[in-house]
Amino acid sequence: MQMNRADLLHAYRTMRTIREFEERLHLEFATGEIPGFVHLYAGEEASAVGVCMHLTDRDKIASTHRGHGHCIAKGVEVQGMMSEIYGRKDGVCGGKGGSMHIADLSKGMLGANGIVGGGPPLICGAALTAKTLKTGGVAVAFYGDGASNQGTTLESLNLASIWKLPAIFVCEDNGYAESTASSYSVGGSQAKRAEGFGIPCQEVDGFDFFAVHEAARVAIERARNGGGPSMLHVRLARYFGHFEGDATTYRAPGEVERIRNEQDCLRRFRQQVSDAALLDSGELDVVDREAAEAVELSVRGAKAGAPPTEADLLTDVYVAY
Amino acid sequence: MSKKSYRTAINEALRQEMRRDPAVILMGEDIAGGAGAPGEQDAWGGVLGVTKGLVGEFGRERVLDTPLSESAYIGAAAGAAATGLRPVAELMFVDFVGVCFDQIFNQAAKFRYMFGGNARTPLVIRAMYGAGFRAASQHSQCLYPLFTHIPGLKVVLPSSAYEAKGLLIQSIRDDDPVIFLENKVQYDEEEDVPDEAYTIPFGEANLTREGRDVTIVAFGRMVKIANEAADRLLKQGISCTVLDPRTVSPLDTGTILDCVQETGRLVIVDEASPRCNMATDVSALVAQEAFGALKAPIRMVCPPHVPVPFAPNLEDLYVPNADRVEAAVRAVMGFKARELA
Ligand SMILES: Cc1ncc(C[n+]2csc(CCOP(=O)(O)OP(=O)(O)O)c2C)c(N)n1
Ligand SMILES: [Mg+2]
Repeated sequence: MQMNRADLLHAYRTMRTIREFEERLHLEFATGEIPGFVHLYAGEEASAVGVCMHLTDRDKIASTHRGHGHCIAKGVEVQGMMSEIYGRKDGVCGGKGGSMHIADLSKGMLGANGIVGGGPPLICGAALTAKTLKTGGVAVAFYGDGASNQGTTLESLNLASIWKLPAIFVCEDNGYAESTASSYSVGGSQAKRAEGFGIPCQEVDGFDFFAVHEAARVAIERARNGGGPSMLHVRLARYFGHFEGDATTYRAPGEVERIRNEQDCLRRFRQQVSDAALLDSGELDVVDREAAEAVELSVRGAKAGAPPTEADLLTDVYVAY
Repeated sequence: MSKKSYRTAINEALRQEMRRDPAVILMGEDIAGGAGAPGEQDAWGGVLGVTKGLVGEFGRERVLDTPLSESAYIGAAAGAAATGLRPVAELMFVDFVGVCFDQIFNQAAKFRYMFGGNARTPLVIRAMYGAGFRAASQHSQCLYPLFTHIPGLKVVLPSSAYEAKGLLIQSIRDDDPVIFLENKVQYDEEEDVPDEAYTIPFGEANLTREGRDVTIVAFGRMVKIANEAADRLLKQGISCTVLDPRTVSPLDTGTILDCVQETGRLVIVDEASPRCNMATDVSALVAQEAFGALKAPIRMVCPPHVPVPFAPNLEDLYVPNADRVEAAVRAVMGFKARELA
């Protein structure tokens, strides 16, 4: 674990921004002002940030319906995201996509996805582009334990393996797909699945930013050096419902509170960096305040934003008409 | 008879058919919910609660929560149907058909014909369709024209709670693969629904109202919107027939043609994307079979040919509404032959 102060602060700021963003959306959704489906990433921040810290704009990621964290970690502007979630014209997708479809191709963010298992094949394609054009880039598919059972995901593992693609499969295992536990839905194990396709897999503690960061470094270096695909099986937890409005009665009483109190990735990060005397709590508190302010500003901006115009309904279907 | 929601009507149809026939099973993602989880079982009853309570009565052997693997479980439902069960598989949002279409259109739909009439595939696939839920491009499509295009599939679009119960029971008893599409914004709509089981036959359109001037053919949720427009038009002295075909495959072409013969004017209201949809299909039928009866060109009220947008103001512009139906009816009423030149 060799990270300088600037990197550590950046990691913390990004995780904190995601947490603020999601906690705030949880409150704002309850007011009824936000349309559609919103799936929050709170609790899982260490995964997105630990992986994306190793990436630049030439590297591509594909995300999921639970995409806000991946977007922020990949550098998508918070204001553009918030405005998108409110259906505003100045949102990153012009208000046409919403929470489930936030994308910023200029940042190498190929989109959140409303179709579970939609991302892994796309990432094989992005990795193929990188390999063919020798861009030096890699491509990362984030997908859930539920998505790990989708044919598209399993086929992608095989394709990436036989074509030796610079792809990284990050299975974010939060234990549930909607209300269904992965202990019920996943046959075998993620690691053995990877092994079956000839892909190395690392088991990763997703509550520990540094564990994710190190595992991702290994996998990404391997991909960049022509070593082919890897899988990270990241165990973590989501703090809110599957989507906003889910009563989560399928979870054990106190399950989330216990995880929040004992394993929270942000709290753990703070502990780790202060134990190692890398950052002091005063500077982390400043980051907390700044992240909260940035999110507050974005909400105000989004609420004040204008919706798309009538003409926007008909544009953007094709490049040329 | 009592007031029941579209959701309850569907739940009741499933329950009554499961009681009647032990070969009826359900499968789908989170149709019970809580599988393997430490908390409540039957935690969801489907994303919008349609199958709530069924696992309690029938157990997990007959109400199967599946992994997130549509190709596998929709295909398994087809295979089970061909071998003695009567599965009702839930696809959740019809948009997800993208990942499992082969099992539906190359497998289930083809068995009977390819095997020389020797197969029977009593499969029902339930799915939600339609815009208006702010669910954006991948959770709001109609897609029923895709299924209608495939010989071997039957396609059902219940327009209300009463229709939903009778048509679902018919679907389950039917020996062919049936795609049963539920409009997601209608689940809370209530009307009188009989307590006992009843069926509504396929291929028999429902005349929801009869009028002299214009025939409106509308599909699924659009039936309600067409009737709303017809109410307003009646106050302006224009009387409409509003026809609900109920099933788009088979399609009750006879009733459509009879109505057009009587009114001489046709407006079709279809929420599906406008190219190769039910509106174009019915237009072609009428142009071919009842051209001489037409006093005005046919009008189609459809969304524009774009994906469903997320922003609420754009989505509201996208979905056909009563204003647009009213305008179309007035246009066909006001039509003068010389305008054709
Ligand atoms: C093809 C497809 N099937 C089903 C769904 C409905 N759905 C959305 S998210 C989800 C669960 C996903 O679970 P997982 O992959 O573990 O991700 P998580 O929500 O836990 O982040 C389901 C079933 C969908 N969007 N797409
Ligand atoms: Mg999950």
